[in-house]
Formats: sequence, C-alpha cells, structure tokens
Amino acid sequence: MNERAAAEPQIVAEDLVKRFGSFVAVDHVNFRIGRGEIMGFLGPNGAGKSTIIRILCGLLRPNGGRALVAGIDVASDPEQVREHIGYMSQKFSLYRDLTVEENLKFFGGIYRVPRRELAERVRFAIDMAGLRGREKALVATLAGGWQQRLALGCAVLHRPPILFLDEPTSGVEPTSRRRFWDLIHALAADGVTVLVSTHYMDEAEYCHRVALINQGRIIATGSPEELRHTALGGELLLLECASLGPTLAMLPQAPGVLDCSVFGNALHVLVRDAARSLSELTTYLEQNGLRAIRIERIEPSLEDVFVQLIAADMAKRRAAA
Amino acid sequence: MKLRRLKAIAVKEVLQIWRDPRSLMIALLLPFTQMFLFGYGVNLDLKHIPICTFDREGSQQSRDLFKHFQASPYFAIVENVRTYQEMVTAIDRGSCSAGIVVPPDFSERLNDAGTASVQAILDGTDDNTANIAWGYAAAVVGSYANDIQIAALDRQGRALQQIQPLSVQSRVWFNEDLVSRNFIVPGLVAVILALVGAQLTSLTIAREWERGTMELLVSTPVTSTEVMFGKLLPYLVLGWVDAAFCLAMAALWFAVPFRGTLFALFLTTTLFLALVLSIGYLISVLIRSQVGASQIALVVTLLPAMLLSGYVFPIDQMPVAVQNLTYLMYARYYVTIIKALFLKGADISELLTPILFLVIYAVAVVALAARAFRKRLT
Repeated sequence: MNERAAAEPQIVAEDLVKRFGSFVAVDHVNFRIGRGEIMGFLGPNGAGKSTIIRILCGLLRPNGGRALVAGIDVASDPEQVREHIGYMSQKFSLYRDLTVEENLKFFGGIYRVPRRELAERVRFAIDMAGLRGREKALVATLAGGWQQRLALGCAVLHRPPILFLDEPTSGVEPTSRRRFWDLIHALAADGVTVLVSTHYMDEAEYCHRVALINQGRIIATGSPEELRHTALGGELLLLECASLGPTLAMLPQAPGVLDCSVFGNALHVLVRDAARSLSELTTYLEQNGLRAIRIERIEPSLEDVFVQLIAADMAKRRAAA
Repeated sequence: MKLRRLKAIAVKEVLQIWRDPRSLMIALLLPFTQMFLFGYGVNLDLKHIPICTFDREGSQQSRDLFKHFQASPYFAIVENVRTYQEMVTAIDRGSCSAGIVVPPDFSERLNDAGTASVQAILDGTDDNTANIAWGYAAAVVGSYANDIQIAALDRQGRALQQIQPLSVQSRVWFNEDLVSRNFIVPGLVAVILALVGAQLTSLTIAREWERGTMELLVSTPVTSTEVMFGKLLPYLVLGWVDAAFCLAMAALWFAVPFRGTLFALFLTTTLFLALVLSIGYLISVLIRSQVGASQIALVVTLLPAMLLSGYVFPIDQMPVAVQNLTYLMYARYYVTIIKALFLKGADISELLTPILFLVIYAVAVVALAARAFRKRLT
C-alpha cells in the first residue's frame, strides 16, 4: 500500500460489487487512493473500469460494499460527494450546440463558482485547454482533442479536490494525449486526487499507481516500476529463433521456464532466473533440434506484464470454473 | 433549491432552443396553422342545405311555399325535378340533402278542407344534418301556414292572437347570433395549447439522455427540482407567446367577443400552460427518447383534448362512464374557463372550481415529475 493512500485516503472502495442481471461487472473490488495521487485503471474494454467510476460518482448504486469519496459515503449522501468531484465521462457529454464559453459558464453556474471568481476560472480553463480565440466557437465544430481538453476544463472549473476521468484520451491523437497528461500532472501537483481509466498501455506509465482490472476484478496494483519488476514473478528473455511454432510448443517444458508468448516475430520467455536460463536455453533448444538466433535479457514493458497477468487470470478462472 | 443553478439551466435551455429550429418551429408555426385549420375547418352551422323541389301541382300556393324555402338562409334550392325518380337520383348522388314534395291536390285541399300536407324526404346518412334540416323545413312550412292563417283571419277581420294565445319569445344569451365559431374557437385555443405545450417539453429531458449530456449533468450537485423549473421556465415564456398569439387571433381575426378581464385570462392561461408543460416534461423524464416522448405526448394530449374536453362535443351528452373519464382530462377545465371568459365575461370568483382542479392537477404532475427524475443511470 502506497504511503499517501494510507495516510490521507480520498477515495476508498471496500468490497464493491455491481451486477447487471446475472453479469457481474464489479466483483469485490478494494482500493484506496491518497491525496494528490494519480491512480490509473487499466484493462480491456468491458473490464468494469467505467462502472467503478460511475459508482464512485454516485451514478450507479452498488449491489454490495462501500465507497467513500472525500470521506463521504457515496450511497448515503451522493449530493455531498458531487460537490467535491469533477467528472469526465467516457462519452463526450458537453453541450455541442453551445459555445466553449457558454459551456464553461453553465458549469460555473451549476457548481456555483463565486461570481467574482468565475471570469478568472473561465479564463484559466480556456488557457488550460488551449482554446484562446475559440471562446465563441460551437463545441460541435472543435476537433476531438480540443473537445476533450474543454471537458477537462469544465470538470476542474470549480476546483474539485477529486477528479474522475473515464478514458479521457480515447480518440485523441498522440501529441494531444501527451499534453493532456501534462495537465493531469499539474493538477495532481496542486493536490488534486485523480482516478483515470485508460486502455492505452503507454499511458499507464504516467500514473503514480496502476490497478489492472480484468472481468470486474483488480488483478494487480502498484507503481508502474513495481509492476514491471515484481508482478511477473520472474525475469524476461527475448528469444529470436528459426522456427517460431515448434519452439513455442517446446519451451514450456524447458527447465526454469515459467511461460512464453509470441511478441512480434520473436518470443518473450518468462524464466525464474535470467542468468541461468541464458546459458541453459540455447543448449536445451539444440538438444531438441531447434536453434536460437539471439537470446538476451530484456526489461519487461508494462504491456508484457499485463498480457502475462491477464492470461494468468484467465487460466485461473477457467480452472476454477 | 438554489436560484443560481436554476438560472444556469434556464439560460442553457434558452440557448439550445434558440439554436434548434425544430423546437422553435413547433412553438411558433404549429399554433398558427392549427388556429387557421380548425378555426375555419370546424363549423357546425348548417346553412344553405341543398334541397330539390318536386312540385306536382304547379299552383300559386305551391310556388309561394317554395318561395319561402328560397328566402330561408338555411336552404338552397339546387334543382327542380319533374319526376319522383329524378328526386331519388338527386338524393342518391348527394347533390341535395332533402327533397320537398308538394302533392297534386295541395291548393285544393288547402282551400277546401283548410289543411294539407307537404312531404319532405331526407337523406339520413348524416343524422345530425337530417335532424336539423327537418327542423328548419318544419319551421319554413310553419311560417307559410302562419301567413295563410293571418290572411284568412284578416279576411274575417279577426286578430292572430285569437287562434294562437301563447307564443315563445326567445332571447339567446352569450352567443347571441348562435355562431358556432364563437363556441369553437376559444376551446380551440385550449386544445392547441395542450398539444403544443406538451410537445415542447417532451423533448427536453429525452434530448439530454440521447445526446449523452445527462451523464455529466447528473454527476453535478444540481437537484431534480432545479432541473425541472430551470427547463420549464423558458418554455413558459414561449407558451405565453403562443397563448397571446392564439387568443389575439381568436378575438381579432375570428372576432369572438371577449368579455372577461385580461387579468383573469392571464392567470388561468398561465396556470394551464404550467400544467401542460409539466405533463410534457413528465413524459420526457419517463421516456428518455425524443421520438418516443414526442409521440406519446401527441397521443396523450391531442385526442383526449379534442374529444373529451367539451371543446366541440358536449360533455353532458356523453355516457356517464365517459363523463367521469373527462374529469381526468385537464383540458376540459381550461375549455370551461376560457369559454366563460370569452362569451360570458365570467369573473374569477365564478371560475373557482375549474381553477381549483387545474391547481390540484398541476401540483400533482409537478410533484410526480420531480420524483420521477432520478439522478442515476440505469
């Protein structure tokens, strides 16, 4: 558990469960997020990321468990929670038939931003979103990246201490995404707690902490650094070989090999001890009539970690079922 | 309820209405066309009923009788037939609604026996027209009979009163000229406002669900009453414009006499608008799709407002079960009020009952709509 989360938890989920009919969308989820922390929810589509965020915003009622946001129980006092949060939904939900400025003023009114601050806050949001000169443009005419930044501007207009961003960068081009994350980091540096979901692997690197979610469960949490080094439970080798198929079939029986998967035109091999396997594997393959062209130790990417963890989780579920 | 948030919603709604030509069209064009269509199209006055004559005698008296028909504004003689078959054909074709047959011994019997009869053959397909035509025909024949009697009495030097001691002197109140338009047009205003009002607001919540803006709105601290009143307010202003337009058209264009006070008209019209707008809003909250909500609003308002409000079809002539049903039809209260205001010049104190019903109805719908709006996704 992260120190900040332990000391000053801003968002707490305890045993959250959400079912839609017989489908379990959120399956006994627990986590804590501390003040000023950026927590990333990573996982495939339909994993339950949006559902958890919607429960925390009071938009969905959980079937079990408890959610505290800013120390307030969401189920018993959702309106109080809503005073403390900013929310960016997955689907763009500003008014397209209103201008940039009209949208900002609308949310300023809804959140009752003090009138003498409003002009300054609107200016801040417009600058932050890089929309100076576009104040009078209808939102419908803005490009996707600008719309998303405006949505973030609307979400932070009232200086909420807690931000929920549900796939804020989906459909946004890479340079815009980078800029978006700079904004999120600036907010967190000011003490804003951010829960952000994404399905872009590279974005996980920008988070202080990541929770990997699969089929309604959190299957791993930790900083990107921790996940890369401990979550796999082994070390990673890159293996280039002449015949991919037979090698892939043979490797799992090799001593010290935990798992292996295809990665581009090479294999990623998870082993207990990289130093030993480097020497042993070449020999093992040759004994079996196969040949390694290149074998080396590599630093696992988050993607390796997630592919590995999700595959392991699926196997575990299949075994249980 | 915070005024600041209510105002934010109202301002946003005004901007959206302004930029959405569809809702503006419904608001401004629909009442105009409806007033014209129904104001001219629905006319219950029967005048110039087409008839044919079959004069089997051709005497002075028979011609005098037909002159009476010709002079009556209720009849128009379109054909003089020579055979019974021609008359049947004319009625079959529908070119005339009635045939008046004078028998060959008409003047003879009139002069000798002092009594004769005339035959009227009526097209009973439209029973209402047939009934009225029969009544008018009897009246025309009666007035001719009167003339004959007066002439006969004159010859004998006696006054009319001696044979007709009693007579009814009728005086019509409120709609002195018995013009059906005076009766229909004020009720029509009620029907149009019921229809347009519900249409306008039926889109407002459904639109937010369809465009995905509701998800963000419900994540804010805004309350359901703030959303409701913030959204209803701009439409109330539009409703006032529509009402003023329809009422002015009724009084100025269709020349329906207005005898009440503008204050009473404003008060009751505002109350009725608040009710119909809330009904549209309630439908929008429940239905969540613009097309669905708009269609349901149409079905819920148009037919009941037309048929069960007493706007044209008198409620006290309906079967008791249907009469009881009309109490649910909010338009009937405003129809009662507005007819009384226009024609009778009624004062607020005389309209307390329908006003009370409208207030109860409005409060119930508003309370229901506020409860029905849940700040949750499903």
